[in-house]
Amino acid sequence: MFKYFPHTADDVQQMLDVIGVRTLDDLYAEIPEEIKLHRELDIPSEKSEIEVRRIIQGLAAMNKPLVCFAGAGSYDHYTPSVVPFLASRSEFSTSYTPYQAEISQGTLQYIFEYQTMMADLTGMDISNASMYDGSTATAEAMMMCMAAAQKRNRVLISQTIQPAVMAVCKTYAKFHGVDLVCVPEKNGVMDKEAARELIEKDDVAGLIVAQPNRYGLIEDFTGLADLCHEHKALLAVNTMASALAVLKSPGEWGADIACGDAQSLGIPVGYGGPYIGYLCTKEALVRKMPGRLVGATTDADGRRTFVLTMQAREQHIRREKATSNICTAQGFMCLYVAAYLSLMGPEGMKEVNELSYASAHYLHDELLKTGRFEEVFDGSFLNEFTLRYKGDAKALRMALAEEGYLLGAPTLFCDGCLTIASTEQRSRQEIDELIRQLNNLTI
Amino acid sequence: MAKVIEGLYYAESHEYVRVEGEFGYIGITDFAQEQLGNVVYVDMPEVDDEVEAGEEFGAVESVKAASDLFSPVSGTVVEVNEALEDEPELINKDAFENWIIKVKLSAPEELDDLLDAQAYTKICK
Amino acid sequence: MNREYYGKLIFELSQPGRKGYSLPKNEFEGYSLVELGETQLRQTGTILPEADELTVVRHYTNMSNNNFGVDTGFYPLGSCTMKYNPKLNEELAALPGFNQHPLTPAKFAQGSLKLYDEVQKTLAEIAGLSRFTLNPYAGAHGELTGLMVIRSYHMSRGDVARTKIIVPDSAHGTNPASAAVCGLQIVEVKSLADGTVDVEALKPLLGPDIAGMMMTNPNTLGLFETRIPEIAKLVHECGGLMYYDGANLNPMLGVCRPGDMGFDVMHINLHKTFSTPHGGGGPGSGPVGVRKGLEQFLPNPQVIVKDLKDTKDLKAYELHCDEESLGYVSFFLGNFAIIVRAYAYLLSLGKENIPMAGKLSVLNANYIKESLRSHYKLPIDTVCKHEFVFDGLREEYGGDHHSPEHVTTLDVAKRLLDYGFHAPTIYFPLLFHEAMMIEPTETESKETLDAFIAVMKRIAEEAKADPQLLKSAPHDTPVRRMDDVKAVKEPKFTFKAL
Repeated sequence: MFKYFPHTADDVQQMLDVIGVRTLDDLYAEIPEEIKLHRELDIPSEKSEIEVRRIIQGLAAMNKPLVCFAGAGSYDHYTPSVVPFLASRSEFSTSYTPYQAEISQGTLQYIFEYQTMMADLTGMDISNASMYDGSTATAEAMMMCMAAAQKRNRVLISQTIQPAVMAVCKTYAKFHGVDLVCVPEKNGVMDKEAARELIEKDDVAGLIVAQPNRYGLIEDFTGLADLCHEHKALLAVNTMASALAVLKSPGEWGADIACGDAQSLGIPVGYGGPYIGYLCTKEALVRKMPGRLVGATTDADGRRTFVLTMQAREQHIRREKATSNICTAQGFMCLYVAAYLSLMGPEGMKEVNELSYASAHYLHDELLKTGRFEEVFDGSFLNEFTLRYKGDAKALRMALAEEGYLLGAPTLFCDGCLTIASTEQRSRQEIDELIRQLNNLTI
Repeated sequence: MAKVIEGLYYAESHEYVRVEGEFGYIGITDFAQEQLGNVVYVDMPEVDDEVEAGEEFGAVESVKAASDLFSPVSGTVVEVNEALEDEPELINKDAFENWIIKVKLSAPEELDDLLDAQAYTKICK
Repeated sequence: MNREYYGKLIFELSQPGRKGYSLPKNEFEGYSLVELGETQLRQTGTILPEADELTVVRHYTNMSNNNFGVDTGFYPLGSCTMKYNPKLNEELAALPGFNQHPLTPAKFAQGSLKLYDEVQKTLAEIAGLSRFTLNPYAGAHGELTGLMVIRSYHMSRGDVARTKIIVPDSAHGTNPASAAVCGLQIVEVKSLADGTVDVEALKPLLGPDIAGMMMTNPNTLGLFETRIPEIAKLVHECGGLMYYDGANLNPMLGVCRPGDMGFDVMHINLHKTFSTPHGGGGPGSGPVGVRKGLEQFLPNPQVIVKDLKDTKDLKAYELHCDEESLGYVSFFLGNFAIIVRAYAYLLSLGKENIPMAGKLSVLNANYIKESLRSHYKLPIDTVCKHEFVFDGLREEYGGDHHSPEHVTTLDVAKRLLDYGFHAPTIYFPLLFHEAMMIEPTETESKETLDAFIAVMKRIAEEAKADPQLLKSAPHDTPVRRMDDVKAVKEPKFTFKAL
C-alpha cells in the first residue's frame, strides 16, 4: 500500500466481507459503464518523498529572489519567528471550522482575539472572522451597502483604490447587479466635489474610499461621513491594515464599514496568498455582515467560552437569502494576525510604521536625487509613493530585476510612473546599493 | 401538542391572522414556534410598508435556523410589535398573544383562501 | 490543565512596557511620522496587548491544547473530507523561493508559474475537463466563479434571458447562496424518496430562462446519481450548462470523471480532496475547471505557456489577461501556498494511488454503515460512496422522534466528543430530521474505524440505559455545552464588550 493509506490486504478483504461485496470495484457497480474511465489517469507515476522534494525545490529555485520595493496591496513586512512557529501547531491547522465549540476553543479564542484587534484598529464595533483577501472583502462591503440600503443598488467607488481591488469589485458588481460608479480623481486623490454631486442625487447605497490610495497618497475624508449619512448612504473605508495603527482610523473618519487586506500584519508576500481580508462594521449592521462571527458566552459550568454565533445570516442556514455565500475563508490567518499583533503591541506597530515611513521617504528622496525621476503629486504618503521616470520605466524595472531588485510596479493609467514601497525590512545599505545599480544603468 | 385557536385564519406557511375590524394581526403559530425553538431575533418591516398575500415580509431566527415570514393577506403595515425587538422570546411564550405586525387589510376577500383552525390542525401532524 | 491561569485572553496578560519584537535602529535621519498632521494621524490609542515573547508563545500553545484536529483524532465529518494533511506538503509550501511579491515580473517567477500550470493540467485530467483556474480561494468562491463563467458564456452569445439556475433541494447551502451572489434566481428541484434528483420533476423546469443546473455527484447523501447522463442531456438540450460542485469528488477519483458525466464547469476543494489543511476555516482553495470552448471566460489573470522557439524543450510561462474573461475574482493567483501543498500531494500519489484514495474512502464509509445499521436508522439502504447518512438512533435505542424524551443526534454528537472523536456533520442534509452524516476518508485504519464503531454502539446502549448521560454531554472536554442563545441575545464579539 501507500504511506497515507493504512489498509493491509487482509483489512480490505475483511471489510469487503462485512459489506458483502467481492471487490473494491463492486462498490461502484451502480455507475453506468459508459461514463466510467476505463483507463489509467494520464498523469505522472507516484513519487517518493525525495523525488517530490527535488521537483518542488527545483521549481522554487527557478524563481529569482528580488529585494522588494513593491507594494500595491502586498507589503514585505517582517514576520517574527514566533508567528510561523505557532502557526505550525497542527492542532490549529488540521482542524475544521469550529462548529463543535467544546473541542475548538483554541480556534474560537484566537478568532475572538483577532476580531477584538481588528475592531480596535479600525475603530469599529465588530469584526468578522475573516474574508478571502482585501479585494473580495471590499466587494463584500459593496454588496453589504446595497443590502443595507434595500432599495438602492448604486455604489460609488473611488478611482484611487488599488487596481486589483477595483477589478474584483467590478466583477462582483457586474454579476450581482450593483450599479458601481467610479468617483474620478483629482491631483492623485478622490475628487470630493464629484463625490458630493453623486451622493446628493439620493440614490446611492454607499461610497467606498481608499487609504492610503493606489499612488500611496494619504487622503482626507473630512466631511464625507456626514455627507453620506445625510443622504442615507454608508461610508466604507479600505485601508492597508498596518497603517491603521498610525493613520486616522475608519472609525475616526465616521465610517460604517472598514475593509481591506491584513496581509501587512506579519503575513509573508507569498506570491499573493494566503492573505486575509478583514471586514469590520458597527454593531447595528451585524445582521447585514457577511462571514463567520465568534462571540463570547458561557458553558454549562458557567465558564467563559467562545462560540460561532449569528449563524442565521450564513449560507448553511439562510441559503439564497444569506448575507453572502462565503463559508471557508482564511480562518487560520487570524492566528497569524493575532500572534503578530500580540508580539508587536501598540509600540511595535508605531515603530514598524515609523521605520517604513523613514525608509520610504529616504528612498523617495534618493531616487529624486539621481535626477532621473520627477514628482507627480505633492500629497503626503506613508510607505508608498509614485514617481515618474524620465526614461523607459518598464525597461528600467526589468533591468533592475536582473540585478536583483524589484522597484515597484508600473502605475496604472499614469504613463511612465512607478509606484514604489518600502518597509522596515529595507536597510539603508540595500537602498544605497539600489541607487548605485540604478546609476550604472543607462535606460 | 401545539395549540391551535378557533376563529383565526391560518396559512400553510404557519402564519395566522387575527381579524379585528379592518385590521389583521399577523404572527406565527404555536406549531411554528415549537419547530423553530428559541427565537432570538425577529426581522420586521417598517410601518407604512406594503405587504402582499404570499409575499415575504420578514424573518424569525432561532440559534440554528431562520424562517422567512410570508404574509397571509395584503395590506399596509400600521404597527409592528416593538416588544419583540428586545424580547423575541415572547413568541415562544405565547405565539398567538405576541403578534408580529398589524396590517390594514386591502383585500379582505383573501381571508377566504386561508385555512380555519380545523383544517390547519390537520397539516400540523 | 489549570484553566484559571491559562484560560485568559491575550489582553488579560498584557503589562505596560513589555514587548515581543525587536526592530533595527532607525538609520534614516530626518524623517518622522510627526511630519503628518493631526488630520492624518490616529488620535485614539489601541488596546493591542503588550507582552513578552514567552508569554505569547505559551498563550497560543496552551490554546492549541484546547483544539481537536485531524492530527489529534478521527474526524468523521460528512461532506468535509477531513483526510490526513501530509507534512511534506507543509515543508515545501514554506520554501523561501516561493515567497515572492506578486508583482514580480513573470520572467523571475517561472518556477511558481510552472507549478501553477502543472497543477491546473493535472486537475484537468482528473476532472475530464479542458482547463482550470486556481485563483478562487475556497469552495464557495469557486462556485461563484464557476457560475460567473456560465453567465459569461450565455451573455457572450447574447442569450441574456438565462437568469435562473436549478438546484436540488438536498444541495449544500452554498449552492443557492453562490447563485444569489451571482445574480441568479434559484429554482429548486425535488429529490425522490431515495435522495436522488427527481428527473420527472426536473423536466417541466427546463426552458429558455435556465442558465444551468448545479449538482454534486455523489449527492449529499453519498449516493451516485445514476441518471446523470440523462439529466445532463436534458439540461444541455434546453441550452443550459451543468455545474459540478466538487465537494464530493473524493470517491470518484480515477473512476468516473465529472467531464465524462456531462458536466461543463466545476470547482474542486483542494482542502478536501487534495489534502491541504482546513485551518479551522481556511485558507482553502477552490480551483474552477471548464470544458473546451469555455476557457476564455475563466478569471484573469491566467497563466499561459509559450514555447521558446530556439530551444525546443524550454517553455516560458506568462500572465495573460483575456478580454472575454469574466474579470478578476482575486487579488492575484489565489492561495498560492495552498496550491504548492496540493501539488506535493498530487506528485506523491501519482496515477497509481489517486484512484485508490477514492476507492478506500468508499470502502471505509460502507464498512461503518454496515457495522452500525443495527443501532442507527439507515433511511436509504444501498451502497454509498464516500459518506452516508443515518437518521438518528434506532427506536429501540432511544431514537423514537415521537417520544418527548428521545435522544437526539445532537446528544450522540456531543457524547462522541467525550470518547475523543469528532462528531459527524449533523442536521444536514435537511431531508431527515435527525441527520448524521459520516465521512471517514481513506486515511483512517480499520482499527480506528473499529474503535469508532464500538464507541457508537456503546453510545447507543447508553442512550437506552441512561439518556441523561447523553443529554448533558460532553463531560470530558476542555469546556462543556455552550449557551448558544445567550451568544446571540447578548452579543459580545470583542474583549471590549465583555
